[in-house]
Amino acid sequence: MLLSQQKSLEEILRSLEGETKIFILGCGGCAESSGTGGKAQVLEMKGKLEGAGKKITGHTVIDFLCQKALVQSRLRGKVKEVKEADSLLVLTCGVGVQAVAAVSDKITHPACNTVPLGGMRGEWKGTERCQECGECVLDSTGGICPLTACSKYLLNGACGGTTKEGKCEVDPEMECGWKLIYERLEKLGRLDKLRQVYEPKDHSKMIPPKGLRLSDRWALEQGK
Amino acid sequence: MGFQESLAAGKFVITSEIGPPKGTHIQEMLADAELLRGRVDAINVTDLQSSVMRLGSLAVCHLLREKGLEPIFQVTCRDRNRLALQADLLSASILGIKNVLALTGDYASLGDHPQAKPVFDLDSVSLLKVIKTLEGGTDMVGNALQGAPKFYPGAVVNPGGNPVEAQIIKMEKKIKAGATFFQTQAVYDAGAFETFMKKVAPFKVPVLAGIILLKSAGMARFMNKNVAGVFVPEPLIQKMAKAEDRVKTSIEIGAELIRSLKGMCQGVHIMPIGWESKVPTLLDAAKL
Repeated sequence: MLLSQQKSLEEILRSLEGETKIFILGCGGCAESSGTGGKAQVLEMKGKLEGAGKKITGHTVIDFLCQKALVQSRLRGKVKEVKEADSLLVLTCGVGVQAVAAVSDKITHPACNTVPLGGMRGEWKGTERCQECGECVLDSTGGICPLTACSKYLLNGACGGTTKEGKCEVDPEMECGWKLIYERLEKLGRLDKLRQVYEPKDHSKMIPPKGLRLSDRWALEQGK
Repeated sequence: MGFQESLAAGKFVITSEIGPPKGTHIQEMLADAELLRGRVDAINVTDLQSSVMRLGSLAVCHLLREKGLEPIFQVTCRDRNRLALQADLLSASILGIKNVLALTGDYASLGDHPQAKPVFDLDSVSLLKVIKTLEGGTDMVGNALQGAPKFYPGAVVNPGGNPVEAQIIKMEKKIKAGATFFQTQAVYDAGAFETFMKKVAPFKVPVLAGIILLKSAGMARFMNKNVAGVFVPEPLIQKMAKAEDRVKTSIEIGAELIRSLKGMCQGVHIMPIGWESKVPTLLDAAKL
């Protein structure tokens, strides 16, 4: 289970700047139980975005958006609506956003932050990983997480350690995350995102929220 | 004339570097620094180079200054979080250290303490921005400082980076964040470097080309295989392989390279890695 929390509408609209036609994706798994990306929230988001002058080309809720193969097959039924959209808005955890970005050729915006649970992880088979950093940055990196794809969790581009083969010098088996981000953004025609200077992470957001630590559910999961 | 003034005056600038030792015996390192006196404009002091635990850069920069040599304080983001980095910058300032080279740093597992927790709380770009913020009289979160430091911040760029366009975008970001000069990864291919310099010419920021003397053909092949962004052309490797006097040939290659780079950039940064004693001979051969 990954717990997500919607970003403010203001932040979402900022990330959609310059784009008018949006396709919305939700998830019937963790996002639905988080109350951030189920059917109800997708429809609510549709209303909010329309209110802000956006055109919603379509929307869908897929059970387990973290599974790329599933996402790919479900989106086949929505080809026209997806194609028409300038970008995709995903109301899930960071894994869902990355899975959608990996199977589509559109810029993919996160509508949520993934809340730290203090180490508890679900299980998923894909390559996408979410650090639960509490302030999702996938919007600026073409839907590839720099916190998990880069050994040094860099936010402002590759270090000097990308090998000639495009691997990470820390682990020759591992692709350089920033090379992947560069290639993805280049393909999407959005290298402008790479030119911005990003602020350091707010690490206080990576501590599980107090309210969550005090909940009954948290206590149960801790075996108390 | 100091390092900053020399660059401002358009002089072809020379920097070199010394690496602090592992331990407290500093005589050899200081002797290496003495070899550079009067021959270079500033001396980089590396910050736990290759992620190997050793004597710190800040104290050595202070010693150099006491001896009338101008240091460039290398600061990486590998070992310190934003509190410690800001504190060390303030410490450098009160010791009169102005030149700071902001680096992300090698990964911790590449050194002799692979068990260490890699920090990377900031990166090279955000570190440069922090330098500017401190100079403006506040810390990163906007709290007022009692007395603001003044630095001459620089950064690095890898002209052989893969892809180079991503390196150039990052270089531009570093300039935006406050970098006023650049030192590069080792260059061996003057033609490729010229292409790179043409691409970054619009930035109008001084670039010091990195020079590492080839000690042998084996070293060149090793770097080609293992060092990100370094490419030694085959003819140079052959020259080293056939050399009767390797040191002599190495210096000839280095001097020739410096002469051909001279018209393309604003200076050179010589990284001796053990061959400190060869630096003056190299500079003589390059007529610098």
